[in-house]
Amino acid sequence: MNNFKVLMNGIVKENPTFVLLLGMCPTLGTTSSAINGMGMGLATMFVLICSNVVISSIKKLVPDMVRIPIFIVVIASFVTVLQMVMQAYVPGLYATLGLFIPLIVVNCILLGRAEAFAAKNNPLSSFFDGLGMGLGFTIALTLLGGVREFLGTGKIFDVAILPEEYGMLVFVLAPGAFIALGYLIAIVNRFKKA
Amino acid sequence: MKKLESSLKNMALALTGFSVIAGGVLGFVNDITSGPIAQANAKTLGDAIAVVVPGFDNNPAEAPEAVEIDGMSYKIYKAYKGDKFIGAAVESSSMGFGGELKVLVGFDVEGNIIDYSLLSHSETPGLGSKAADWFKKGAKGDITGKNPGKGVLVVSKDGGEIDAITASTITTRAFLVAVNKAYSAYNKQNVDGASGATQQVSSKTK
Repeated sequence: MNNFKVLMNGIVKENPTFVLLLGMCPTLGTTSSAINGMGMGLATMFVLICSNVVISSIKKLVPDMVRIPIFIVVIASFVTVLQMVMQAYVPGLYATLGLFIPLIVVNCILLGRAEAFAAKNNPLSSFFDGLGMGLGFTIALTLLGGVREFLGTGKIFDVAILPEEYGMLVFVLAPGAFIALGYLIAIVNRFKKA
Repeated sequence: MKKLESSLKNMALALTGFSVIAGGVLGFVNDITSGPIAQANAKTLGDAIAVVVPGFDNNPAEAPEAVEIDGMSYKIYKAYKGDKFIGAAVESSSMGFGGELKVLVGFDVEGNIIDYSLLSHSETPGLGSKAADWFKKGAKGDITGKNPGKGVLVVSKDGGEIDAITASTITTRAFLVAVNKAYSAYNKQNVDGASGATQQVSSKTK
């Protein structure tokens, strides 16, 4: 499989959110606005690329029976690094996403890709797999966040498009997340078949 | 190179090795970032104090006074201009709709509210989260210039004069409780020149 195909695979064919339905907790939890969704997507992408590359480089040194704990140690280390760096240099974004950053550790996209891809392929392909999956996740979260923000408050990326009175509050709240996600998945499926 | 077998020795070595490396990396990053993290936190607090009690030239964040009322501890950041006491920012909290609501309220010498800043909250986005601006000067629920010593702040639904945030009366109540408690704490601080405020309030807020 060439690397471009690996990259596109993550963005379109096996999009983690719209097709594989992985990592639903941060997807629903952080997408109350487009910028939050994008921040969460980029944070996950960073960890995913790093952990994919490291895991595929060390795969020969990892005995099969303890591979899961070792993968988790690698992923958790990168998440902690990310958390400290964000806290130090982008405290604003950290304040919004704070609770969800540690949860990246248990995001099944990361362990899933480590198992299904990085443990079987070379570091370069794993890098592209991480990039593709990360971009797919980021696009999906930004899209969902944008839809919810627009329907909920009439804004996209904090830029007012419609007056706030037209906003349907339900889309900012949890039920709206499920409704919006359901419709987006339906739309994506429709276009994939065509 | 062949993949390592899952023998007991290999597994123990691999797990120990990777954990030690990970620990080392984390320690290193912690060393680099602990300074900037402390700075960022101090800056957030400093900025908030500068908003709620403007015009000081000392460093209020440096030595907060702790006041305890009913087992709850409040931090009071005193602002001085030259030698003159010009007011204080009080950190207070209460239980909101989604969890703890932490607020920093600035009072002038007479006990009037200058401004406030929401430090942290977990209110519903789009509803209770509006508390960040709702009570500011010129907004619908304006509390600036009011003195909780002359009349405890109460939401209009409960017979008071503060307009509640639309569809978020619980958040509004919690916010006003925090502000009233901040005032009681402000009243209790030992500072000369802050006696313009009346002492009866601490009992009224309960």
